[in-house]
Amino acid sequence: MGLFNLFIRKKNYPDFWETYLSHFKNKKDTSVSNTRFIAFDTETTGFDMKEDRVLSIGAVSFVGKKIDVNNALELYLRQDVFKPETVAIHELMRSDNVDKISELEAIKAFLEYIKDDILIAHHAGFDKGMINEILHRHGLGKLKNRFIDTGVLYKRSLHVIYQDNTKPYSLDYLCKELNVPTVDRHTATGDALITALVFLKILGRLDKKKHLNWGYLLNR
Amino acid sequence: MKNSIAERVNDFIKNYPPFNSIKPDNLLKISGQVSIIYLDKGDSLFKKGDSFHEHFYMTRNGAITLFHTTNNNTQEIINISDGGDVFGLRPLIAKENYKLTATANEESIVYAIPIDVFQSVTQDNAQVQKFLITAFATNTYDPYTAEETGKIFVDYLPNTSQDMVNFQTANFSKNPITCSVNSCLKEAAITMSKHRIGCIIVINDENHPVGIITNSDIKNKIATGRFPIETQVTNIMSSPVITSKKDITVADGQLQMIKHSIGHLCITKDGTVNSKLIGVLTHHDVLVTLGNNPAVILKEIKRAKRTKTLRTARLKAEILIKSYLEQNIPLSHIIKLMAQVNDAVSNRAVQIALKKMPTKPPVKFAWMALGSQGRKEQLLFTDQDNAIIFEDVPSDKYEETKSYFLDLAKYVNKSLNKIGFEYCEADMMARNPEWCLSLTEWKNQFTNWILNPDEKAILLSSIFFDFSPVYGDETLTSRLSDSIYETLEKTQLFFRFLGRDALKNPSPLGFFKQFLVEKNGDQKDLFNIKSRALMPLIDAARLLTLSNRIKGVNSTYERYEKLAELEPNNKELYESCSYAFKALSKFKTKQGLLHNNSGKFIEIGTLTKEEQLKLRRCFKPINEIQETLTLRFDLKNFV
Repeated sequence: MGLFNLFIRKKNYPDFWETYLSHFKNKKDTSVSNTRFIAFDTETTGFDMKEDRVLSIGAVSFVGKKIDVNNALELYLRQDVFKPETVAIHELMRSDNVDKISELEAIKAFLEYIKDDILIAHHAGFDKGMINEILHRHGLGKLKNRFIDTGVLYKRSLHVIYQDNTKPYSLDYLCKELNVPTVDRHTATGDALITALVFLKILGRLDKKKHLNWGYLLNR
Repeated sequence: MKNSIAERVNDFIKNYPPFNSIKPDNLLKISGQVSIIYLDKGDSLFKKGDSFHEHFYMTRNGAITLFHTTNNNTQEIINISDGGDVFGLRPLIAKENYKLTATANEESIVYAIPIDVFQSVTQDNAQVQKFLITAFATNTYDPYTAEETGKIFVDYLPNTSQDMVNFQTANFSKNPITCSVNSCLKEAAITMSKHRIGCIIVINDENHPVGIITNSDIKNKIATGRFPIETQVTNIMSSPVITSKKDITVADGQLQMIKHSIGHLCITKDGTVNSKLIGVLTHHDVLVTLGNNPAVILKEIKRAKRTKTLRTARLKAEILIKSYLEQNIPLSHIIKLMAQVNDAVSNRAVQIALKKMPTKPPVKFAWMALGSQGRKEQLLFTDQDNAIIFEDVPSDKYEETKSYFLDLAKYVNKSLNKIGFEYCEADMMARNPEWCLSLTEWKNQFTNWILNPDEKAILLSSIFFDFSPVYGDETLTSRLSDSIYETLEKTQLFFRFLGRDALKNPSPLGFFKQFLVEKNGDQKDLFNIKSRALMPLIDAARLLTLSNRIKGVNSTYERYEKLAELEPNNKELYESCSYAFKALSKFKTKQGLLHNNSGKFIEIGTLTKEEQLKLRRCFKPINEIQETLTLRFDLKNFV
């Protein structure tokens, strides 16, 4: 194994990627209430992971039930791909007057922010995939963080007789069910905050049902 | 770096005090440092005895209950904070452990505002500080101490300059009293004395003003013997006069007077001494227009010859109230002042009516004010409630005497109506034969109410027991009071009836935090501050005053102050009742002035958070005084 590893890692990874990886070396297992979670969301030009590009990444972090506003991450990316039809959703325009950074800078900032913490996203597969595509484009490996998908978690938190495969379990649906205010919907940071609140509300429910443990959360 | 969440926090908190009075730049600094806390139902943010946090809190969604844990471990709800309310302010005011417990009443999202950041940008902002102190006082357990400082309910609004008045056109006296250059001083003095005025204008044949004679001229030049009283007016008049055009503003008028050190300006057709005199602007007129001199208004009332003048004077008094409220003059002072004005107006109205009567009154009588005017706490125009009490006469003279006073009452009621006091819908006015009675009849009436209390008797008691004389022979009303207190010795039942009546309006706050609003009719969804908040306090004060045999204290807040003196055990409660009464009256008055009505109904939705806070704060003593009555008069099972 060791030899094989050495072989494929002839490639020189940039320092930030090595730093990112180093976070995962010390395995720490803490209680749920002491763990740092990162809720994040991406706004993209579309849903095709290969074709489309990330325009904005938003993330908030929290320990316990407290989200610090000054510790949010809000990144706007400079992209060549632009699709007018998605502007209606995320309202990000080519000429927007925000500081945009390159994809590489963005992914660097994102990795620095998330470290080895647990990532939370709604329909996480898509956001995870988009980030991984960025990493891939820059010759880096995949995200190593553990993921929690709020859509899946919510559905699983319902008793089996209430689970309904025809329901969308969209973020809007969850906000309605859980009574989370939907201000700033469809900005990356706004959706990240909403996702965080949704997650905290689901945790509250799980706690009542005595299901609040890592095994349940991470579905190991 | 852009921070959308901070902006969003900012967008929410900027709508609510204290943040609404913080400059946008500073506010954004605060918003960026806020923490968002999610609380499940039942989660506590802090507990009694916890050491203080570096934050204070604002409810974003849901509701946070603040509890006080009493010595025997029962929890008492102090307040429920919902969207936009701030709480957990203790560390802002004093760095000491929490005295209350804050627990989510339902699922909630709370903003935690870091105190150091907040303080660094708000230190010099007086509005912010005042709001926080008020909010803090509302959420503290000890509801009374904070009120003592007197600083809590002062307004947040800066004193809006009432100088608008200064730029009004001055209201000068038209048809000034004049005398000709050829008349002698004695004639002029007789005219002045007949019209009860302090100055007379000397005019020439063309009606141009040439000089002025004032009281002080007479004092200095005649009484000292320098001139005989038969001297020609031109010898002693001050001349020339200072003149002005008729559209002079109050401010200009005042300026002219100060510049020439005079008290009178002659208003002429073209503004010069060479045109016809059309009026006089006196220093007195300026003061009256400015509306800032109660003595002047009272003088005007006492001099009034016509109902119309009384009306003008009473309206000026209303402007006075407005500016006093703006200047945060203590309400007890405003109440006393207005009581004087109202009494003077009624008194003068009776005098004017007496002049219209063909003969002098056949016997002694007194005109009594009832209800709020009787309690001497009427600030705005309300319905008139009044009655006449006259000396006992032999039965063969009775009809004649009564009809004389009924005629008089008709005049007075009519003129009070013209002044602005609506006729009482229930006809509780002196012109009603039922309320124009001899002393013995009145004594019997009260005795009957006291000994045979029923629904109607109690209803009437609430109006008639607060009587006070405004004109006439005060021994009559005093003898009536004595008789009432003698009768009260004989019964306890009457007090229980009064007590039950005082409790008929439940606490102004419904289950938890909702204001109880009217359910139907025109007033649907409005909060009736009079019946829900003021009446319970007024009724309780009357009952306690009567049962304590307190005589001659009529106004509600003074009754509570007197009670606090007599019952040291309940001092705090009574003082807070007195306080709440004043605060609520002020509130009602302001609303009334704002909407040009009695201020009785309030649309809760239009109140700002801080106003709601202040209102709610006044409700605590209402609950407590009602509980006190229940115990003291054994009302629990009395139905």
